[in-house]
Amino acid sequence: MPSYKLNVNGKQHPVQAEAEMPLLWVLRDVLGFTGTKYGCGHGYCGACTVLLDGEAIRSCSTPVNSVAEKKVTTIEGLSAAGLHPLQAAWAEVDVPQCGYCQSGQIMSAAALLNARSNPNDEDIDAAMSGNLCRCGTYNRVRRAIHLAAGNGSTHDVGQGGGK
Amino acid sequence: MSATMQLNRRDFIKTVSAAGAGLALAFYLPGDETANAAPLLAGEDFSPNAFLRIAADGSVLITVAKVEMGQGVKTALPMIVAEELDADWSNVTVEQSDAHPTKYGSQGTGGSFSIRGSWQMLRSAGATARAMLVQAAARTWNVDPSSCKTENGWVTHPSGKKASYGELAAQAAGLPVPTSVPLKDAHDFRILGKSTHRVDTASKSNGSAVFGIDVRVPGMLFASIERPPVFGGKVKSFDASKAKSVAGVRDVVQVESGIAVVANSTWAAFRGREALTVEWDEGEYASQNSAAIRTLFADAVKERGTVEDYDGEAEAVFASAPTRIEAVYEAPLVAHVTMEPMNCTAHVQKGRCEIWAPTQSPQAVQSEAARILGLPLDRVTVHITQVGGGFGRRLETDYAQDAVHVARLAGAPVQVVWKREDDMQHDHYRPSSYNVLKGGLDAAGNPVTWLHRVAGPSSHGLVVSGSTPPYNIPNFSIDSHIKETGVPIGPWRSVGPSLSTFIVESFIDELAHAAKKDPFEFRRGLLTKSPRLKRTLEAAAQHSSWRTPLPGGMGRGIACIEGFGSTLAHVAEVSVDKDGSFRIHRIVSVIDCGPVVNPDGVAAQIEGAVAFGLSAVMKDEITIDKGRVVQSNFNDYSILSLPEMPKVEVHIIPSNESIGGLGETGVPAIAPALCNALFAATG
Repeated sequence: MPSYKLNVNGKQHPVQAEAEMPLLWVLRDVLGFTGTKYGCGHGYCGACTVLLDGEAIRSCSTPVNSVAEKKVTTIEGLSAAGLHPLQAAWAEVDVPQCGYCQSGQIMSAAALLNARSNPNDEDIDAAMSGNLCRCGTYNRVRRAIHLAAGNGSTHDVGQGGGK
Repeated sequence: MSATMQLNRRDFIKTVSAAGAGLALAFYLPGDETANAAPLLAGEDFSPNAFLRIAADGSVLITVAKVEMGQGVKTALPMIVAEELDADWSNVTVEQSDAHPTKYGSQGTGGSFSIRGSWQMLRSAGATARAMLVQAAARTWNVDPSSCKTENGWVTHPSGKKASYGELAAQAAGLPVPTSVPLKDAHDFRILGKSTHRVDTASKSNGSAVFGIDVRVPGMLFASIERPPVFGGKVKSFDASKAKSVAGVRDVVQVESGIAVVANSTWAAFRGREALTVEWDEGEYASQNSAAIRTLFADAVKERGTVEDYDGEAEAVFASAPTRIEAVYEAPLVAHVTMEPMNCTAHVQKGRCEIWAPTQSPQAVQSEAARILGLPLDRVTVHITQVGGGFGRRLETDYAQDAVHVARLAGAPVQVVWKREDDMQHDHYRPSSYNVLKGGLDAAGNPVTWLHRVAGPSSHGLVVSGSTPPYNIPNFSIDSHIKETGVPIGPWRSVGPSLSTFIVESFIDELAHAAKKDPFEFRRGLLTKSPRLKRTLEAAAQHSSWRTPLPGGMGRGIACIEGFGSTLAHVAEVSVDKDGSFRIHRIVSVIDCGPVVNPDGVAAQIEGAVAFGLSAVMKDEITIDKGRVVQSNFNDYSILSLPEMPKVEVHIIPSNESIGGLGETGVPAIAPALCNALFAATG
């Protein structure tokens, strides 16, 4: 079985896996990064989105042997210390419902902000259309991305409180 | 609003924590009449329902026994307890319970029932603990308890004395449980009615939330099952030799639902399945298809069926009505497609079993596992994981039965994972149905008769419930034909009304059109029997500026529902292009759910319900060919995506009604609101 040295969240991880094993399953079942989710296995739903050298990819349809030396970032490694601005915005807007798709949503949003620091609604439509959410959190995803980019207000979300 | 909750020992049990350092109160949900009589499991204390514990450091732990699947109960239920306790919300932590056959009452999570079913008892639980803490302080200070106040985790006295709940907890634990405690007036609420951040957002934004599919147990294996492609089919024979030579595959075993490949990773199990050779006995539905099902239903409605509800002489009045309108409405099969595919993890050992289940039915999982293994219930532990979407699909237990069957043979903990294709092709679908509607108007355009004949697959509740129109029509008749099709059917977020409200709210619009009346005013005039629904409808018209004309090519549609203990109306605002494509500009939603626990949580549920309902009406349907589901993944069964999501404006009506349900109420009226808007936009 071939061996790989994967750079995941800034650390080298030696891995033995079949060459065509998707990165998703290496992350989840071999390395234990379960924050990245299985949703469809064919890149249709976006639940498995991770960053590869800062760009969003579908890990379910990315064979491990194609990753090579590139840097993999999963939801667990999005922010080395404290909250990523997207995670802070997600908390402020209370985006998740069931939460299953949210790792993928946030990683796609992170790639979007890497490419465009101040995206407009059309940019968000284009970047996020492949991340499905069955709970229907889309309007909050949009609001939170704007908020993280520094051009949003959450006045219509609620007064917060409690925590 | 003020109420006093009568308590007695069978409702409310006080226990002292083992360490003796805190106050712990345990309580039953009302209606759980059998709980006290039921035997306890071996070695356990008497500790019923959601558990409230106050530690010496003042921290408050609340156990939630209902299942959090995105609807927000893990936040909302503790808010109710904390309100009456006058707790410091920032000091409250929440944990999810395991399954237990009796001590929590029903843990089944569905029917939009979690909050309305727990409301009174959770309030009295908080209020009782508060009264005992006050009593403890009053004794210490030698003052009248009624002169003490509570706020944010403290008992205070006008003399300036104050003590934290933590300081008082141990003493309070030694006091008798009061038999009657006052509940707060609603205008004194500090926590309820204020938008409160969910307790689980952080874990769902940083990857740490553990869903069923994320469970990792030492020594565990992964499995996936090749199922009969045709509903009702069985394994005739199989050859696993190639599958067993796939790297990572440990074993191949036959179980009730098919052929399971057990491997050291999910992917190896999937690959092993591809290498299987299975000969199937396809059973009696091998040639079933969507056209045949449609014909079965369409033929059935030619005859009168089982009468479900009626008043007056609907048929006779129709025969002589000056204006008669007829319509046929067909609804397709639709799937749940929770984002987390079905899965479950089980570890079967001699004489016991441990299960980690993303389920809406924890107690059914426990009893099914006990049945399969021949174990008493107290030898089956069921941990409730985070649930990646339920919508009714996880009220079933098929995924958990899979895990138990495979784990029993594997000799190790096993996680059974359904591929997305399995999840989509082996769902318990929302039924398809075929409906013939007939309505009659008198000379003044008033509806005088309504006939609805429906044919659909089992069961009655899934096909028929909610069919009686809320409108005051003197003669009506609803009858049904239930036909077996071989396609598994199950509850789908909002259950019967997801079909029946679409039909009622579409046909009432057609009657309004035939009467040349405004669809809102037409409905409003007929809601004489339901003032609550009428108020809700009126508020929706107001918030949507219903009477303000729209530019050409645009239209508004309205639809409403009374169900799950609440009333709701949606107004959809759309524009239609010359090529027939349309855009939804906004949805205005008005709900009366009685007292509101978490307003932003209400908004989130309505937003989600709109998306769920729009997927069913705008996106793909499930079809059957050669006994198989044709669709297999999100490429041919799509759901609403972010760019398609309309703006949703949620308005909550201040209300003195009883507390109502929420998770499902927003779904049924969205499809007819959209269709009515498209009709209005296109004439």
